[in-house]
Amino acid sequence: MYNGGKIIIGVIIFVGLVTFPFLYSGGKTTAKPDPKVDTPEILKLAENERKCVEPKAYMKGEHMKMLNEWRDWVVRDGNTIYTATNGKQYTMSLQNTCMKCHSNKKKFCDECHNYTAVKPYCWDCHIEPKEKES
Amino acid sequence: MGLLFSFFTVIALIVIVFIGVNGANLHYLFGVLIPYATFLAFIIGIVYKVVQWGRIPVPFRIPTTAGQEESFPWVKQNKIDNPSTSLGVIIRMAFEVLLFRSLFRNTKAELREGPKLSYGSTKWLWLGGLAFHWTFLIILIRHFRLFLEPVPVPIKILESLDGFFQVGAPVLYLTDLIFLGAVTFLFLRRVIIPQMRYISLAADYFPLFLIFAIGFTGVLMRYFLKTDVVGIKQMTLGLITFKPVFPEGIGIIFYIHLFLVSALFVYFPMSKLMHMAGVFLSPTRNLANNNRAAMHVNPWNYPVKVHTYEEYEDDFREKMKSVGIPVEKE
Repeated sequence: MYNGGKIIIGVIIFVGLVTFPFLYSGGKTTAKPDPKVDTPEILKLAENERKCVEPKAYMKGEHMKMLNEWRDWVVRDGNTIYTATNGKQYTMSLQNTCMKCHSNKKKFCDECHNYTAVKPYCWDCHIEPKEKES
Repeated sequence: MGLLFSFFTVIALIVIVFIGVNGANLHYLFGVLIPYATFLAFIIGIVYKVVQWGRIPVPFRIPTTAGQEESFPWVKQNKIDNPSTSLGVIIRMAFEVLLFRSLFRNTKAELREGPKLSYGSTKWLWLGGLAFHWTFLIILIRHFRLFLEPVPVPIKILESLDGFFQVGAPVLYLTDLIFLGAVTFLFLRRVIIPQMRYISLAADYFPLFLIFAIGFTGVLMRYFLKTDVVGIKQMTLGLITFKPVFPEGIGIIFYIHLFLVSALFVYFPMSKLMHMAGVFLSPTRNLANNNRAAMHVNPWNYPVKVHTYEEYEDDFREKMKSVGIPVEKE
């Protein structure tokens, strides 16, 4: 090979870069996130009443969009009541409605958000709930 | 012809994975075997190609001389566009690889009335290419949030910069917009300009369609169809640690995205996309212009058998003397 040294260095750098995730993990498995829904407020509810505003599957995929819409409706349009698909009505408020049940931000919100490196900007304006380290 | 062929090839790829995963339930094939195999083919293919290229001798320095070469001390040398030192070559290569300097100098010839031939600078291809390549790189690096646990801080910073304007939720990434726009531009350029269209082949259209489809499925997945990101990260980490898992609830859109990326992996080493490695091995860019300043020996020179005049005279001295030819040594 001509100029072999330089080419081989380049090839090693390339292989190192593309296999970086494999080397970084070192074959170690990491615990999967497990958001907790066992806050006192939720446990107070009867078994069949433990439901979120919308069905779980919908909340999982669309909660960020919903919160964004809630903000616009409340702050820009002045509507404060959300009528869910099942007809129930809720006050659109992150701190008073969502966080009333899900008071465990660290064990609920952050669990998945940290895992997927998502940093929502809710808490730029809202006050983070005070939680005891447990 | 090439256009339709490429288009329907990409469509066929999508149909294959759709039937394979939704119809035949081949999650293991499309989620583990094909990604592993294609990733391996990607690495081996590129290394093989580069080694093959490295074996080709470059007997003489052929840098393009895009500026004044090194000359007398009072002639000002263009040290970047006509480098004579390694440092100059490194700077020239950096400009080429990172900023596409030679595309920046792209000119367009036009025949005006008169007839007059005029040359003008044209930067659109440079701008489109730069936007495309840089956003592609940023998107690639951003994806590492799904491959690394814990996610390193630089990736988080890059991501927050990318979503700087905080439009909607999930936050709109600027690179997604620019990337799809740039691919569309590069495609339209080929179709609309008649000369470009004339020289465009399936090998030109296919990567554009494939890359567009990858970007488009990614955008669909993030902003519209939604799929379980936590599940996807478990799956990617499973692949990284060689312990594949299939969490419930991962949509078909993810498998389409993954399969198209796998197709790109395989296609990469055997296509024009190899310019990624080739740009570093361009003799017209990576050689210093020291043709006359330094001795360069052709690498395949063999020792030439010579017969000097002195030896010739030794052979024939007596005969030369006898017919009166002057000799140098008596």
